[in-house]
Amino acid sequence: MLYEAVRLALQAILRNAFRSFLTVLGIVIGVAAVIAMVTVGQGSTEQVQADVSTLGTNLLMIRPGQPSQGPGSGAGGTAASLTLKDVEAVEEQIPSVAVATPSNSRSMTTIFGNVNTTTTVTGTDNRFLIARDWALASGRSFYESELRTGSSACILGNTVREKLFGNGDPLGASIRLKQISCRVIGTLAVKGASSFGTDQDDIVLIPIRAFMRRISGNQDISMIYASIREGVSTDKGKADIESLMRERRRIGPFEDDDFNVFDMKQISSMLTGITSVLTGLLSAVAAVSLLVGGIGIMNIMLVSVTERTREIGIRLAVGATERQVLLQFLVEATVLSLIGGLIGIVLGLSLGLLGARMLSVPFSPSASLVLAAFVFSALVGIVFGYFPARRAARMDPIEALRHQ
Amino acid sequence: MTKTATAATEPSDDRPLIRLRRITKVYGTGDAEVRALRGIDMDIRGGEFVAIMGPSGSGKSTAMNILGFLDKPTDGTYLFGGAEVDHLGRDQLALLRRNFLGFVFQGYNLLARTSALDNVELPLIYQGMAAAKRRQLAREALAKVGLKGREDHDPSQLSGGQQQRVAIARAIVTNPDVILADEPTGNLDTARSREIMDLLTNLNRKDGITILMVTHEPDMADYADRLIHFVDGRIETDTSSTREPADAL
Ligand SMILES: Nc1ncnc2c1ncn2[C@@H]1O[C@H](COP(=O)(O)OP(=O)(O)O)[C@@H](O)[C@H]1O
Ligand SMILES: [Mg+2]
Repeated sequence: MLYEAVRLALQAILRNAFRSFLTVLGIVIGVAAVIAMVTVGQGSTEQVQADVSTLGTNLLMIRPGQPSQGPGSGAGGTAASLTLKDVEAVEEQIPSVAVATPSNSRSMTTIFGNVNTTTTVTGTDNRFLIARDWALASGRSFYESELRTGSSACILGNTVREKLFGNGDPLGASIRLKQISCRVIGTLAVKGASSFGTDQDDIVLIPIRAFMRRISGNQDISMIYASIREGVSTDKGKADIESLMRERRRIGPFEDDDFNVFDMKQISSMLTGITSVLTGLLSAVAAVSLLVGGIGIMNIMLVSVTERTREIGIRLAVGATERQVLLQFLVEATVLSLIGGLIGIVLGLSLGLLGARMLSVPFSPSASLVLAAFVFSALVGIVFGYFPARRAARMDPIEALRHQ
Repeated sequence: MTKTATAATEPSDDRPLIRLRRITKVYGTGDAEVRALRGIDMDIRGGEFVAIMGPSGSGKSTAMNILGFLDKPTDGTYLFGGAEVDHLGRDQLALLRRNFLGFVFQGYNLLARTSALDNVELPLIYQGMAAAKRRQLAREALAKVGLKGREDHDPSQLSGGQQQRVAIARAIVTNPDVILADEPTGNLDTARSREIMDLLTNLNRKDGITILMVTHEPDMADYADRLIHFVDGRIETDTSSTREPADAL
């Protein structure tokens, strides 16, 4: 009986193919919009999460300045700088912190032979590699002596290495950073691009003391990376760091922090938050358009029931029960709505693919979303098809037969 | 239902297939009130071929609709196969129509843009019969009414006489006890009408199907064994011809 009803429904729908298409347009648009947007949103979220995981989810960043400032903003004007003593204190006095490392960065021109490129020069120490979970591709890390004296040794990121040396071996070579020359002792493994738009591999690491003496000319630390021990929550680590820093910086109980501790999860959740707000908005648009689509289906089904009054009379006369007629029209509305849903799914996935390509984020269609779209369009058909179907089922056979 | 079926197919003499008692039908209320039937008593035995005549508006169609479970009387009792049907609901009446009755209408009432075969299959679909069995029975029914080879034709590709044959095939495909035909030849010329009447007579004589037929034409009424004459919502005369009804042969 259900099979018969589906067959009849397809017949009836195809008989008025163009009208049927116009009817389901609302459903098509609603479903396509949601699928496309959620697919692209999901891709962006995955991209952000991938980026964050290359930084390490247990990584905290400490910067001087008002907490309202974002992670990208510079050191706060009036706030006192961080010092190497702070780095030491964070690592040694806080049990939940595994390693802490300074990170001072500046954009500089780097020269080797007649090739030059602008890159980020970061003054730090070997703990940087641990905190950022970054392996060496070749060579070695800094010797204690190099770190202590701030001698001119440097480790190249993959992008800088490629630009300056191509396929050549950079180890032992001497490159120039502004007017300082420094010897290449190692190269970093490839890290890839980050969603913040920067190429993480475009970097040169030098000992922090070398950076202070030869580049910045002062003892200030602009950022500290702190890596939290496994098994300890970043929230706990963050709280520990905050209380230590407040103490060290002599901030009274009623004063605001003049430093900032950022959590990578926080940044990633902020970004995914934006995505989910967008997704939410779109879902609302989709809900409205499904509602409109549903009303369209109800309308056309009412027209169809009226047009087919005589047919209904005939069916009732030959012994169709109320349920059988109800089922026929309910199935017709549902099939109609499902066709709209399927077109919407195909269209939405195509648009999602296009959008993902354009934003260069991964194309990540969600099977559960497709299933949900399918179920929802079926539900729209059932809900909005019920009233017209009931009207058909309750018809008086004699009056229906007399209808012209 | 099954009990009714047994009773309907094996009527005993004291229990006719159909028994109407004091059936009345009133349409509308107050000034608009129309008393279409004013107390009908009728006994129909299984295998009879009954013609119903009478002036326009005398209540023939109203009576047919009640007899065919398409409408309910305002008052009175209707026994079908010995069982009272007055209290039955819509769906139970639909089941009675589906299992025991076949309808033939003046205007054929076939589904448009639907092949003859699909039209004939329709009642079987509602019986829940499997597709292959349905096809076979529908083909047989079409062959029986002389439409072999026209299975795939739409109603629009068939003449009036042929359409009425499709309707008859649809009526008999369920192997009914009764065929109700309200002016089945009303839209046909004499030659075509005679073909339809021959077909109905055959179904009555050979298959023992009880036939109730409304007609305006005395020539068509002559095919029946019994003539009931309606006037003004009442039965005026009820006369049987000398020939015995089918089940007695
Ligand atoms: N649905 C209806 N509503 C009101 N009056 C009706 C309806 N159906 C039939 N009638 C009236 O009942 C009477 C009998 O009608 P009907 O049974 O169709 O007569 P016949 O078939 O003998 O011509 C007529 O007066 C007709 O106008
Ligand atoms: Mg009439």
